[in-house]
Amino acid sequence: MRRLQQALEHAEKNGSRSREAVAHESALKHVTGRAQYLDDIPEWPDMLHVATVGSEQACALIEHIDLEAARRASGVVDVIIQADIPGSADVSPVFGGDVLLAGERVDYMGQPVVAIAATSLEAARQAGKLVKIHYRAQSPRLSVQEALKHEEFVLPSHTIASGDAGTAIANANQQLQGELYLRGQEHFYLEGQISIAQPNEDGGVRVYSSSQHPAEVQKLVAQVLGVPLHLVQAEVRRMGGAFGGKESQAAALACMAAVFAVRNQRPVKYRMPRRDDMTQTGKRHDFWNQYRVGFDSDGIIRGVEMDLAGLCGHSADLSDGVVDRAMFHADNAYFYESARISGHRCRTNTVSNTAFRGFGGPQGMITAEAILDDIARTVGADPLDIRKRNLYHADRNTTPYGQALEEEVLPQLIEQLEQTADYRARREQIRAFNKSSPQIKKGLALTPVKFGISFTSKHLNQAGALLHIYADGSIHISHGGTEMGQGLHTKIAQIVARGFGVDLERVRVAATATDQVPNASPTAASAGTDLNGMAALNAVDILKRRLLTFAAENYGADIERISIRDDHCWIGERAIPFAELVKGAYMNRISLSATGFYRTPKIGYDRAAARGRPFLYFANGAAASEVEVDLSTGEYRVTRVDILHDVGESLNPAIDLGQVEGGFVQGMGWVTSEELLWNDQGRIISDSPANYKIPTAGDVPEIFNVDFFQRPNAEETVYRSKAVGEPPLMLAISVWCALRDACASLAAYRYSPPLGVPATPEQVYFCARAAKDFSEAKS
Amino acid sequence: MKFILNHDLVEETAPAADTTLLRYLRESQRLCGTKEGCASGDCGACTVLLGQLKGERIHYRTVNACITPLAAANRRHLVTIEALGSGGKLHPAQQEILDNHGSQCGFCTPGFVMSLAGLHQQLLAGDCLQTDRAQVCEAVSGNLCRCTGYRPIIDAGLKMVQTLDETHRLDARILIEQLASIAEAHTTPYYLQPKSREELEKAIASNPDARLIAGGTDLLLEVTQQCRPIKKMIDLSGVKELHRIEERKGFIHLGAALTYRDLETFFAERSSRISALLERIGSRQIRNRGTLGGNIANASPIADLPPLLLALDACVTLADSRGDEREMPLADFYKGYKATALESGQYLAKVSFPANALNDFHWLYKVSKRREDDISAVMAAIRLRTNKSNGSGNDEVFSEVRIAFGGMAATPVRVAKAELALLGQAPQDESALEAAVTAIAEALLPIGDVRASAEYRLQVAQNLLRTAWQTFNREKSENSAPETLHA
Repeated sequence: MRRLQQALEHAEKNGSRSREAVAHESALKHVTGRAQYLDDIPEWPDMLHVATVGSEQACALIEHIDLEAARRASGVVDVIIQADIPGSADVSPVFGGDVLLAGERVDYMGQPVVAIAATSLEAARQAGKLVKIHYRAQSPRLSVQEALKHEEFVLPSHTIASGDAGTAIANANQQLQGELYLRGQEHFYLEGQISIAQPNEDGGVRVYSSSQHPAEVQKLVAQVLGVPLHLVQAEVRRMGGAFGGKESQAAALACMAAVFAVRNQRPVKYRMPRRDDMTQTGKRHDFWNQYRVGFDSDGIIRGVEMDLAGLCGHSADLSDGVVDRAMFHADNAYFYESARISGHRCRTNTVSNTAFRGFGGPQGMITAEAILDDIARTVGADPLDIRKRNLYHADRNTTPYGQALEEEVLPQLIEQLEQTADYRARREQIRAFNKSSPQIKKGLALTPVKFGISFTSKHLNQAGALLHIYADGSIHISHGGTEMGQGLHTKIAQIVARGFGVDLERVRVAATATDQVPNASPTAASAGTDLNGMAALNAVDILKRRLLTFAAENYGADIERISIRDDHCWIGERAIPFAELVKGAYMNRISLSATGFYRTPKIGYDRAAARGRPFLYFANGAAASEVEVDLSTGEYRVTRVDILHDVGESLNPAIDLGQVEGGFVQGMGWVTSEELLWNDQGRIISDSPANYKIPTAGDVPEIFNVDFFQRPNAEETVYRSKAVGEPPLMLAISVWCALRDACASLAAYRYSPPLGVPATPEQVYFCARAAKDFSEAKS
Repeated sequence: MKFILNHDLVEETAPAADTTLLRYLRESQRLCGTKEGCASGDCGACTVLLGQLKGERIHYRTVNACITPLAAANRRHLVTIEALGSGGKLHPAQQEILDNHGSQCGFCTPGFVMSLAGLHQQLLAGDCLQTDRAQVCEAVSGNLCRCTGYRPIIDAGLKMVQTLDETHRLDARILIEQLASIAEAHTTPYYLQPKSREELEKAIASNPDARLIAGGTDLLLEVTQQCRPIKKMIDLSGVKELHRIEERKGFIHLGAALTYRDLETFFAERSSRISALLERIGSRQIRNRGTLGGNIANASPIADLPPLLLALDACVTLADSRGDEREMPLADFYKGYKATALESGQYLAKVSFPANALNDFHWLYKVSKRREDDISAVMAAIRLRTNKSNGSGNDEVFSEVRIAFGGMAATPVRVAKAELALLGQAPQDESALEAAVTAIAEALLPIGDVRASAEYRLQVAQNLLRTAWQTFNREKSENSAPETLHA
């Protein structure tokens, strides 16, 4: 790493702080423990704490609930069921079906049925044990295969098609088919879900929420209370991680706290213990993907048919968009001459799955990568060569949904990484090593990522900002985006400082609040900076124009001769400190507050025709990962990773590097050690960090080279940067491919052994066994 | 109880036995830099340092505040993130994480800072001499970060260990004096802390309703996970006799209250394979608290020390409030799933095994989904000894064979049939090996659960025996290192 690291250090010493590798705005507070998360706010007197009682059945009618003992328990102040909710019990983001508390029936094991507010969390939890719920059990549907078979869907299936894939496959030189089962992923944000509600004098509340989407929190709280939105304010200072898990599902906690707060006219805190969080909140979707592909003898793909079936759980939540995004990324970086890609939204009696960094993209993309590996092993070529032959390139640049790639990045990027990672020489070394090593096998894979940037729900591609300059020259910016660790507030402050031409220290980013910026979209889809940065810049332009106009009048100069840079207003050679300029503007009654707005241009997807331009642009990257596998146990190590990633013109290389490395390791967890499991009753058995294992420091490859591909975004994004939140997660698909590559070495690389996600040591063990069995059967 | 909280001497008269350090810090002291991530000792966001005066020095250990009882801080120096840094300067752990962009959401950061600060202190004190990447990773092995991917944190740790800063020593003279001044008594009514066996016996006799606690890394989960209060506890960890390490009459006797950390020190010179295994048990924080006795008495089928101790022919000594003792082979101690021979009023006093067993070839291997801080799918412990066979020239045969597993049955088990298959056979006899491998499948019927399927467990257990056998033969012939990922 060392090139990028040096670049960072160099930038810090010499660069302008408004565009370089400055530390996260809260970094000093993080390391001193002074950064305040919701649970750290001093508790108001009389505060109540909430615990819920979850269903013991995955699919049942509720016959009777006995609350008497719980009501009498020590410390208990209030106990509610669905009928006690004053407004709507539905807290769904879009399609309905997510209830705050179950009513007549329960749809998954652990679903909250009763909520208790008590003077302490312990008292509330204790009382929960006294609640008796009587069920009439029905037989639950737990698997995606079962749901698909019975066409049990939360929403209708959707198909994207280009050309006649069936015929193309049939006419192609060779065909193959396969399937992949991809398990989901628990977010495991370190700060669990939490919300605090404070009642106001008008029957509304102010809620403090750990949410990526405060505007939706506000809307849903208003709905459950049955009041207009203007009686509810939602505020988010920071989250202790979110990763999509707090996009829609944080709202239920705010709603619950709000209901209790208004009923009891007391402040209420609802913090989920980790086990409840892992049981009651949705995760990355499991997918069961089936594919058929036709290709030439040189491995060029002629036609692809795919059925992508997402396990949505009991309700829609955000699953429509998740399955759509899986479909939009089922090509990854490859041109399919013809394709039929169908996405199914399967309903099961499990917790409702939700957004998770990548939002379906990883599950689509890994299917493409599996196909490319399968083709390579069928035709007997290096998988990298097959990948390169099929990349979008020149006029072979139109996706199955009809969006043409206007920017060609990957062919050059992959070429560069192939060199810096020394791919060819290492491939040869690994082949030689594997021949002489009976128990340890090495694997290598270089895989690309092409990830579409924009919300696929068009209306969400808008953002607002509210900018104030105070009379002392300090600047205060509010925007609709939320800070979950990704450094959005840092980047926004840099954008504002750079836009004005002032020192970064002058700019303060406010907590996100619905009474500052209304109707904001969730901070999601990697688009936080793209959208809010542009809105902030729009506000900066407005105020800067006012200041320049004032300066022109006040100092009697031509506006064209006036500029603001280096924290000063320059009129020719004369420099006026920014604070002095602002003070003058204030004294002359110039408005020093403005709102900014942005909507993403060019985009639009016609769902009926399944064609259009869902994305403004694509973020790209590639990773080469090397692993070694112990065949006797299936255990493995990731020994080296090289990444080249496209962030356009980086707004802050340190933050972008953090997103790339962090995303990669999180993705590595998804494809390796993180295994979500349910028992046959529908109870989640991976319900704690004791039995659900995210990567630790010891899992990080010792050789971990990350570099940025140097090219500004071709689209007019904020300072030509590119979104970076989600795309790097999918670089970790290279680890999965490398593990499969190591196993395939047992069959002389002419057989693609089955491997699901996560590739736990057990899965890798059986994958290697399959390759060995294939090899032995052949000889 | 009395203790030093950061810079101040604090007295608490009668804390509830099951009040955790974490709740106390956050709710009673409003020191909210220490975070709750999981309340089960798995994430490290609540890492704090506990310093214990031993002689003239304070020994600091990182612990998970979420599963450490407040009363365990009695007579200790408790250091939280709020106390780090001095003279207006950040502690090197803080400064390096800041400079290396090692925080994103920041929620795990105080825990990482404390783990690195613990390493910094131990390096200053000479408790630890390693300053490499492995040492840094070990120090943070119980800290989960979901944002950064750890690289910048590891880099921060590496920079910190290369430039230690004496001005950030935690054990100021005045603190040593203060700790010395509160070294006596200061007991609490609900959390008894006997210092000798005599006091322990009295405590047990007069408090039959009290639960025994040592490290509490499992017991406290009842409180934080199941929300089951524990009203009274007797802490074994201060009983001096239970910390004894003795070697006499060919046996090594280990006191049950020795922590994994103590065992790491003890075995460092005696067995690299046992040392390597210890590093795979729990995390740094868990090993600082968890004890030998706890790992055995807990009777978990997936505990990692029992298979090793079974392979070493260990015996356990149970004692009671009258001072009566009874010794039994560890194999007899386990009566079934989570059931032991311990009767009410009894406690586990020590573990003994023949010293020469450590001279034998022993091979230990833990298989889990994750390398650090995970629970075994399968744990194998195998010990082999050869002798010249009777009369016939120089041919060697296996004269002692121990094959033990965790995760393969309701209790940790030895597989007698597999042992017999190898006993008396030549070390190179592959048919004997395969007979032993087959015997494993005949003797064991593992279950499938969240950690592994039954089929995988069985095949891996068999392969581990094969690998152990191969390793034995390879080491005998070449004296070379075995080919495994964990070596």
